[in-house]
Amino acid sequence: MTSEPHDRDVLTAFEGDLPGTVTPSALRRRIKRYLPALVLAFLVLVAWEVLVRVFNVQEFILAKPSEIYATFLDEFDTVVEAGWTTLREAVLGLVLGTLFGVLAALATARWSGIREGVMPFAVAANSIPILALAPIANQWFGLTSLTAKAAVVAVIVFFPVMINTVRGLTEVDAGELELMRALAAPPRDVVTRVRLPNALPYFFSALKVAAALAVIGAIVAEYFGGRTASLGFYITQQAGAFKFAEAWSGIIVGSVLGIAIYAFVLGLERWAMPWHVSLRAADDR
Amino acid sequence: MPGLPVVFSAMAAVSPTLEARTVPRWVRSTLWFLLIVAVLVLVWEAYKFIWTQLEWTWPVRPINRSMPHTWDIVSAMFRPARRGGEDILLVILAEAALFTLREAVLGFVIGGVFGFLLAVVFVRSPLAERSLMPYVVASQTVPIIAVAPMVVLWAGRNDWPQWVAVAFIASYLTFFPVTINTLRGLQSPDPTATELMRSYAARPGQVLRKLQVPAALPYIFTALKISATASVIGSIIGELPAGFPDGLGRVLLNFASTFSTSPEKLFATVFMSAVAGIVFVAAVSLAERVVVRSRPEVFAGDMLTPDEGRAG
Amino acid sequence: MSAVEIRGVGKTFGRGAGVVEALQNINLSIETGEFVSLIGPSGCGKSTLLRLVGDLLAPSTGTLTVGGKTPHAAREDRDYGMVFQKATLLDWRTVRRNVELPLEIMGIDGEERQSRAAEMLALVGLSEFAGHYPWQLSGGMQQRVAIARALSFEPSLLLMDEPFGALDEMTREAMQDELLRIWERTKRTVIFVTHSIPEAVFLSQRVAVMSRRPGRISRVVDVGLPYPRDEDTREDQGFYDKITEVREALREHE
Repeated sequence: MTSEPHDRDVLTAFEGDLPGTVTPSALRRRIKRYLPALVLAFLVLVAWEVLVRVFNVQEFILAKPSEIYATFLDEFDTVVEAGWTTLREAVLGLVLGTLFGVLAALATARWSGIREGVMPFAVAANSIPILALAPIANQWFGLTSLTAKAAVVAVIVFFPVMINTVRGLTEVDAGELELMRALAAPPRDVVTRVRLPNALPYFFSALKVAAALAVIGAIVAEYFGGRTASLGFYITQQAGAFKFAEAWSGIIVGSVLGIAIYAFVLGLERWAMPWHVSLRAADDR
Repeated sequence: MPGLPVVFSAMAAVSPTLEARTVPRWVRSTLWFLLIVAVLVLVWEAYKFIWTQLEWTWPVRPINRSMPHTWDIVSAMFRPARRGGEDILLVILAEAALFTLREAVLGFVIGGVFGFLLAVVFVRSPLAERSLMPYVVASQTVPIIAVAPMVVLWAGRNDWPQWVAVAFIASYLTFFPVTINTLRGLQSPDPTATELMRSYAARPGQVLRKLQVPAALPYIFTALKISATASVIGSIIGELPAGFPDGLGRVLLNFASTFSTSPEKLFATVFMSAVAGIVFVAAVSLAERVVVRSRPEVFAGDMLTPDEGRAG
Repeated sequence: MSAVEIRGVGKTFGRGAGVVEALQNINLSIETGEFVSLIGPSGCGKSTLLRLVGDLLAPSTGTLTVGGKTPHAAREDRDYGMVFQKATLLDWRTVRRNVELPLEIMGIDGEERQSRAAEMLALVGLSEFAGHYPWQLSGGMQQRVAIARALSFEPSLLLMDEPFGALDEMTREAMQDELLRIWERTKRTVIFVTHSIPEAVFLSQRVAVMSRRPGRISRVVDVGLPYPRDEDTREDQGFYDKITEVREALREHE
């Protein structure tokens, strides 16, 4: 088992945070592990507050943390309502994009001839700034409809999920395929017992990336027009009026939503893959 | 688009089935590309036709005002963008794309350098990694569009050109994949290789230059390809609130507002954005081929690989 | 009836100028209940031969029968169990569920599966690890699970492709003892591919020595040491003599 914590992938840095069965010693280790990060956060906040006060920076350039906090409490109902809209768009888009991504992957992985042509195309399509589709989606589905934003999010999510799932379905250990052949396993068994489980970690890696993108995608799509009670609209309105404490309140909600969806996907991953490597790391440590 | 076959063959490493060795890979890739584009055009037009005949309106109404004919989109590119204007739409879009690409390239460089240095710091100091890594990850959940006006404002106060401010916004998206993948790459050499370097009493800087960085190159390029796209996206997003007329972001906003009268212009702009993204990634792929020759290719989606080596 | 009958079998890979003759005119007859090893330098085609018996590859010339059937029919009937050099356990299944895999594919119901898996894990001494995941086991334990899996559906033939090749010497000897114990209890026919001379001699009744380019069986050595074999066998003069005999047979054809 060569897997170091960093050997893992992009967005797994938070994995240790998940709730689970926590023994006191594990808890202590966890606190110790994240102590530097917590200390740093505290120091940065203090320094920020002090510097803004000492140099008397104007509010429209940089707001004080204390002020952002106060504004956040004032604006709480507004930003939460806006966040609720954005959350629904992001989740709907994430679900749709994942669904279509997996279906497309199953079809692509099934026929190797198609795979040769479709995969490079999908990879190229993945390098397109898909957010540019937002104004079109707004026109198609209506400016204030959740569907318009969800559609953009779905397209953003679609490509990484599809590409990675195809890889997971096809990059199967040759020994495992030989084993199934030695057992005279019918093709259906090869798919359900080897290919699909093999694809799960690939799928979840993509889903974790997609989860982080979903909220940002929805917020940016809202910039091209959307409901007044939505984060993208709220944040850009406030920032446009140089009310940055308000804008930061919206940003905080957006980040929290992003982290929440991400954490949910992490939980789902652990539930679906009890053999997962991150649990090994926890055991080995 | 001479760059396109390059991306394609660079990315075609997905399926190393070489049964058809007689046809060069780039020819097959190009043919596949044309075939898929043709199929997409066909599906578009067929949708319009069938939905019109059957008078269906869901999910999208097949009228020309929301789904223009593909040929109308193409021909719109060769007509003046504004009545009485001189430049045809294609030229205007190309200029906008170049403007955006300039921001994207600068953002790509700033983010790439910063991301690399951050990874070097992390690999040298576990304390720094543990303190900062959670925030590096969390930073990517911050909706950057919100930060954009502030950055543009700060830049204005310091008399920086606005496009540089946009480049900084782009670099916010760019540095992340580079940091994560460089870190993975720097940590990728076999422990015995590290021990070998120790046996030579190599200084940390030498280990970095002679072992870790070369080992990390494939990882870094994988990240750079992702960053190239992210950089274009970041530039477009940064342009939205920046409020200057050049660049694809502003053109998108303009043509979105005139969608009901001339939707094909918006579609053409989206198409040009796609070209900008693909060209940038193609350029990075090309650079990768020059720099990391004779190395196993790390597939463009590799940053998304599952976390582990298999057991046993 | 012999368990495995190999007549005039050859195997070539590739086409045209790139053609490689991996096996040439192989003849071997293996009795029911016999333990036979295939030994030879790397590239002699011993693993290829094993795969021909298991219908994982098709021969270019000649015929093979497994229990009187074609290899294909034997595979479809699950007449043999296979153990590879890599344990090839499925990461996402616990030890017990890995052993159950063939039974699931054969459509055997849950209760029967569980009892057979329990029996097999007891046989290889891993009962208390039934709920563990493969990564939690050592290399030797993983390989024991692979053996339990191969035996779970009671095949009459066991095909083993360098199953202990990746293990350290101590573990390896322990595994050999265990394999012989299982073999004596279950009386399966075993074809065992290895590149270790002492391993081949210690385990087998007969050792088929192969040479390469093209791969051929150059000699078959009758070991003739009595079973049960144990630590004393390893220090027996007869054991050393047979090792020498096999070694010389290997040298002759280099």
